[in-house]
Amino acid sequence: MLANWRLARKQPMLRARARLVQEIRQFFIAGGYLEVETPLRIPAPAPESHIEPIPSLSWFLQTSPELCMKRLLAAGYERLFQICHCWRDGERGGQHLPEFTMLEWYRAQSDYRDLMIDCEGLLVTLARAMTGATAVAFRGRIFELAPPWERLSVRAAFQRYCGMSADEALRLDLFDELMVEKIEPQLGWGTPTFIYDYPACRGALSRLKADEPDTAERFELYLGGVELANAFSELTDPLEQRRRFVAERDYRAAQGRLPLPLPEPFLAELASMPPAAGIALGIDRLVMLFCDAESIDDVVAFPPEEL
Amino acid sequence: MYTVADLKKGLKVTLDGDPYIVIAFEFSKPGKGQALYRTKLRNMINGTTLDRTYRSGESFEPAQLEERQMQYLYKEDTHYTFMDNQTYEQVQMSEDSVGDAKNFMIDNLPVDILLYGEKAIGVTLPNFVNLRVVQTDPWVKGDTSGSDSKPAVLETGYTLRVPPFIEEGELIVVDTRSGEYSTRVKG
Repeated sequence: MLANWRLARKQPMLRARARLVQEIRQFFIAGGYLEVETPLRIPAPAPESHIEPIPSLSWFLQTSPELCMKRLLAAGYERLFQICHCWRDGERGGQHLPEFTMLEWYRAQSDYRDLMIDCEGLLVTLARAMTGATAVAFRGRIFELAPPWERLSVRAAFQRYCGMSADEALRLDLFDELMVEKIEPQLGWGTPTFIYDYPACRGALSRLKADEPDTAERFELYLGGVELANAFSELTDPLEQRRRFVAERDYRAAQGRLPLPLPEPFLAELASMPPAAGIALGIDRLVMLFCDAESIDDVVAFPPEEL
Repeated sequence: MYTVADLKKGLKVTLDGDPYIVIAFEFSKPGKGQALYRTKLRNMINGTTLDRTYRSGESFEPAQLEERQMQYLYKEDTHYTFMDNQTYEQVQMSEDSVGDAKNFMIDNLPVDILLYGEKAIGVTLPNFVNLRVVQTDPWVKGDTSGSDSKPAVLETGYTLRVPPFIEEGELIVVDTRSGEYSTRVKG
């Protein structure tokens, strides 16, 4: 019998991964969060322009547990977290797997600034548990994780790294290219970086700023050029949310992509949702960080090509 | 037709009328943004490289490449002429495209020619070629310098190191992949 040496050699990484997940669990339980499990196979994911769900019979594998977790918020659950698998078709690269592990947490009566503080606390706690210090070595650098972390608005990032305004980049349809080629590689090298306040059209399910309706209360967290998390002050207006879903659905239809139904039960219950903030953090990338792994393939037992 | 989902290292595509090979490939996706496929491509005719970023939905023409068995006929100015063994059709290739292969090319040598449409853009030699030594110093018996090799010039003008016992006029076998002496041809 031929042993699978590549799999055998992953044991230290997979052990570190298991420990990290246990530490995450303890962090949230200690913070008064309720761990929940919502269905992985759902009839209607949130329609999003650039996220492709994988069909499962006439339903879909979830692209995120977001909608079900928000229905729990609407039903009065105040602090929730979940560690689960998500699927996104066609996403494969050094930092992407079509099946990956997501940590999501939600807080009622909060906004995205509270989640920034949660992120700082979580990473420092994990670093202490994993390395005994508040620093972590990754990609040839030592990263100090003790706050404060850099906070950089999207508009400031475009001016600083592209010499172009974010609005101009959107007008020229260059927003994503500039983000990937010019901005992301610069983020999170001194301290971790929160890049925040996205143009409204890049807000997805996030609330717009009360005094700046062209800006969405959204942030992403980067460390060493790697995107770790995406957070929103959640949109709680069912009409606005329906309008956005319809726009995304129509955009997808115009591109000839998989048709998606609207998540009606979610839209119906959204009106009862309190002001809240929610965040999704990629566990596989977090393991990459704490194990100083080169590729996401190193931190999972089986990349899809090896099945 | 290829789509971006087919992109990977080694894929050969046509861009702006030239054949390119993908030499580096990276999938990126900014949070909630569109998938971007960042590639480094090398022009298979002139060797220049370029960086290109593609979005999902884009498609590519495969490069129409074909490899055919031919033999080397002769060199004229800066062009090398080859002939297809089956059709007797002749193709020419520039000195630049022939590259280091010219060091080992002797008349009637069987080679594989890479064609892009009608255009010859690459040559693959046999792994071993017999070449005649046209100049090398004589072997002095009892030489105590301890040197175990000496320079020799081949009929193609290529210089390499050979064992001391190789003499002018001898036929030797050269490994075209390393450019090194392999053995002498007996008889």
